[in-house]
Amino acid sequence: MKNLPLLYCGIIFMLVAPWCGLILASNVQLGGLEPGLSSADDTGGPLYPKPDGGLAGQGREVYTTLGCAECHTQQVRPASATLMLSQKVKLKDGEEMRDVILSPDIARLWGKRGTVPRDYIFQDRPLLGFVRNGPDLADVGSRPISAADSDWLYVHLYDAQAVRPGTVMPPFRYLFTVQKINGQPARDALKLPDSEPIRPPAGYEVVPTARAKALVAYLRSLKLDYELQEAKFAQ
Amino acid sequence: MCPCESLIPLVDPRTDSTQSEEAQLGQVDASLRGPVLFFVAKALGWLVLGSLFALVAAIKLVNREFLAGHEFLTYGRVFAAAVDALIYGWGCQAAFAVALWLMARLCRVQVKHLGLLYVAGVFWNVGLLWGVAAIFLGDLTSVPLLELPGHVLPVLLASYVLIATWGVLCFRYRQTTPVYVSQWYLLAALFMFPWMLFTAMMGVFYAPGRGVVQSIVDAWYVGGMLWLFFVPVALAVIYYLLPKILGRPLFVYYLATVGFWTLLAFGGWTGTHFLVYGPIPVWMQAVGLVGNTVLIVPIIVAAFNHHVTAFGAAATVWQSPVLRFTMYSALALTFAGFMNLLTSTHAAALTISMTAFNVGTVLHLFYAVFSMAVFAALYYLLPRICGREWPSAILIKAHFWAAALGGGILVLALYYFGWRQGEQINNPEVDFLGIVKEGALNQTSVAALALLAIGHLVFLVNFFWLVASAAWDCAKSCLMSGLAMVKGGGR
Repeated sequence: MKNLPLLYCGIIFMLVAPWCGLILASNVQLGGLEPGLSSADDTGGPLYPKPDGGLAGQGREVYTTLGCAECHTQQVRPASATLMLSQKVKLKDGEEMRDVILSPDIARLWGKRGTVPRDYIFQDRPLLGFVRNGPDLADVGSRPISAADSDWLYVHLYDAQAVRPGTVMPPFRYLFTVQKINGQPARDALKLPDSEPIRPPAGYEVVPTARAKALVAYLRSLKLDYELQEAKFAQ
Repeated sequence: MCPCESLIPLVDPRTDSTQSEEAQLGQVDASLRGPVLFFVAKALGWLVLGSLFALVAAIKLVNREFLAGHEFLTYGRVFAAAVDALIYGWGCQAAFAVALWLMARLCRVQVKHLGLLYVAGVFWNVGLLWGVAAIFLGDLTSVPLLELPGHVLPVLLASYVLIATWGVLCFRYRQTTPVYVSQWYLLAALFMFPWMLFTAMMGVFYAPGRGVVQSIVDAWYVGGMLWLFFVPVALAVIYYLLPKILGRPLFVYYLATVGFWTLLAFGGWTGTHFLVYGPIPVWMQAVGLVGNTVLIVPIIVAAFNHHVTAFGAAATVWQSPVLRFTMYSALALTFAGFMNLLTSTHAAALTISMTAFNVGTVLHLFYAVFSMAVFAALYYLLPRICGREWPSAILIKAHFWAAALGGGILVLALYYFGWRQGEQINNPEVDFLGIVKEGALNQTSVAALALLAIGHLVFLVNFFWLVASAAWDCAKSCLMSGLAMVKGGGR
């Protein structure tokens, strides 16, 4: 190549073009997104999504710094993410098996709808994830395992094998402390199943640390239980 | 006289053009001995460390109780540390060493004022060490390829600017015309890297975009790093070594221009294919897939130039360790191009989204293409820099087979099992637990990563053996000449 000004200008142009096309354009298109209504008719209704706050916000920090996002995604693929092959799905509201077109994620009950950019506007750093070594967690708070009166998530964090035999998820026992039972067991003491091999000695109990409580609060807060104008629940 | 003009002789790195070509190249190699050995030593250290981290992470997927009692060794942190040690510790520093040497050699210029280069290198390594330690201690960002804490990135960027300046200065004062294809690729890579790192640093940490805008910036950065930094450096190496060692002209050199411009034109648009069906606008997903598809053009150009040039010289390629690594890289690049093309359809993208297949894509380009090309360059340049042949041919062979088999098996396993994983995830009747606990991928990864770690350790040993032998030769000759002087004086 002999035309060096062309080389310099070309390199700069090749840098600037995708920068404008993707980075600048995404800022223009998505940078101003605000919470939205569930439906255009519902003018006085609540706006979604709601910002994270309190304990869930702290739990988000625990989730980030433990690297949970290396295995868990937080994005539900929309209804368009299908090969247009109908998939037999047992619908929640009945025993009937129906052929419906759903995205695999919705069919797996990882969310009632696909996620859209507006869902993430209050997240300081979206944790979309890259690989699914574990299930998607975008809507984990809506599942029965996340019920406020269940310690399933705590036991799962303490030793996932105890509730999901065969799982590859490592135990996070350092998020718990073993303490001596003083009279009555603590209210938040874990009820470990008999199958759990690593149990505290007699007279001791396993209780979650503040970080475990924050993490569980965060997981429970992950819900896609609202519709947006651009993202309706799959039928 | 302009005051700047008085500075020009200070930075003017031109060699004495009255000398023979061989003497000029000798001057260039001698001027780069220190910095190249510095960056290569650090890069190899990070390579071994990164391989060990990756191995530990892989073992943790096979045996979930392995080192499970220590928070700092949890899977997410070890995996992130492995990625950053390999990308910024090995990949970037090896690229700096090779790019500086290749640029200086092709431009016939010496690198002067090495103090600044060393300072930049020390800052790069200290910054990275700090960042990796911070990941283990819990300052992990969970942003793919940018897991390091945000405050480390300005240190890396500032160090980089100092390092790359010498590459650009070499080009500015080149004594050769016309400019060869390897120089275009190096120049492009040197300009692209800081731009991408700066954009990612700002877009994710210092002026973060709203919501998924950050994810788009990050995906753009990942795609850009692969196709606009690592692949151009690999291409620069292949374009230099292949015709030089084979002693043949490139098959269709005039098409190299097309390959260069199309790689640059399309490489920056590929990143968003990692977010296909994710929560980003559909047009961006389409752009990512189209970018990935049209990359086949530069790949085909490179394939013609590399494979046809080497056609009929299989014996030479097989006998030369440098060419073995070079051809492995060239073949892997062609394979990567076709894999890209095949997986950019709607059905394939749906199958591989968020599976181990994507990890395979990244590793394919970073290891099988870039790292193998850099190994080739190091096997070629280090003896010239040190003035001594490699001490052990067996260790070179051992490194080649470990890297070739380990890298190949790992990438193919990630592709195959990633594809299966995708098919099973997309079939809601298959229990998710059954998909992830399937051990074949994890066990294969452990075996392949163990092989890679051994290979890298072997290379490290051979490297230090070479450097120590060269240092010993130097000390011996100094001693002999000293003795001769003493004897001469005594007479």
